[in-house]
Amino acid sequence: MLETSGLACERGGLRLFSDIALSLRPGGLLRLRGANGTGKTTLLRTLAGLTRPAEGTIRWNGREVDADYRRQMLFIGHAPALKDELTVLENLSFALRLSDVAATAAAIERALEQLGIARLANLPARYLSQGQRRRASLARLPLSMHIPLWLLDEPFAALDVEGIDRLAELCTAHLAGGGMLVLTSHQDVVIDSAVALSVALGN
Amino acid sequence: MLDAFALVLRREMQIALRRKGDVLNVLVFFIVVGSLFPLGVGPEPNQLRAMAAGVAWLGALLAAVLSLPRLFAADHADGTLEQMLVSPQPLGVIVLAKVAGHWLLTGLPLTLAAPIIGLQYGLPLDALGLLIASLLIGTPVLSLLGVAGAALTLGVRGGGALLALLILPLFVPVLVFGAGAVTASLTGINPGAHLSLLGAFLAVSSFVGPWAACAALRVALD
Repeated sequence: MLETSGLACERGGLRLFSDIALSLRPGGLLRLRGANGTGKTTLLRTLAGLTRPAEGTIRWNGREVDADYRRQMLFIGHAPALKDELTVLENLSFALRLSDVAATAAAIERALEQLGIARLANLPARYLSQGQRRRASLARLPLSMHIPLWLLDEPFAALDVEGIDRLAELCTAHLAGGGMLVLTSHQDVVIDSAVALSVALGN
Repeated sequence: MLDAFALVLRREMQIALRRKGDVLNVLVFFIVVGSLFPLGVGPEPNQLRAMAAGVAWLGALLAAVLSLPRLFAADHADGTLEQMLVSPQPLGVIVLAKVAGHWLLTGLPLTLAAPIIGLQYGLPLDALGLLIASLLIGTPVLSLLGVAGAALTLGVRGGGALLALLILPLFVPVLVFGAGAVTASLTGINPGAHLSLLGAFLAVSSFVGPWAACAALRVALD
């Protein structure tokens, strides 16, 4: 369970949000909404442990955030974390091993198929389009179903209609399996979940 | 923990193999700098022999500074650094792997290329061996301290020049004792003390450099 209390963040001396208290249980979906510059990404990065909150605490299963939390959390930010020199497959297997996810070659191939980029597996990332880059960075998701907490920053950006459907399916499956999902998005993509929370930032 | 080290180091090598230009640039810069000095100061053999070690060491220092801004820049820009920070792997191990990668791709090639400069300057064979030994002990220090400088100037506008200003003063002891070892042996003094001090500096920087780099990376990505 992810809980925050009294969470506040500042950027460049400007208070973005304060007193954010939320609690997310298994199967729960949390959408962060708000206009540009209201702190959606900052809140997500704070939950990922990248940005230090100005005030407040984040707790995971009742404990302060630590290395154990990082093993149970998956964060995908704006940048796709792909190296132009490496192939899609090499990039993906690096990302998986970095996050301690063991996956067989067959499982990795299936994941690429699920994102519709199996035929790009041996192509250097340099030749990918924006949407294909996004798909390549999201290819970790089918292999990370066992990681309870997913934090996704604008995951639908740059994806086409078919890509959005595939990602929504993955998110639904993750939530159905007892996972938790926090995402920032301007699009209202339908994701089925037992509990759907929403935080509106700004004002 | 060793897995994370091997994982990051292997990736550094893989990327370098596909961008050989980066490694070659540094190496060619080192050799060109070494070749320019005699044109400036004149071809007097005794004078050249006396300054050979200093030139080789200065070239190595400048080549290292030239390569440092790239150390984290690409990983920062494409989001890999972010993933490294949120990953369960200890950041210190990842930074050490980056240091090892930097040394293998700059320090080691520079050390291996040093005989080219040594021979150009007519350095005797035993002094040449000592130059290589001092570079072998000293160039890892450049990578270890350089990684902290690279992390501190990450995302700063004009970071390259700032990095040079920040890190070159820290390299002074390495330059003094590294070049000093060779000069000492040329004048008949036992260079052991110089090399020991260089080794001590390596021991201290292997702790201080990565530690400072980790702290700086967390701040840079905040």
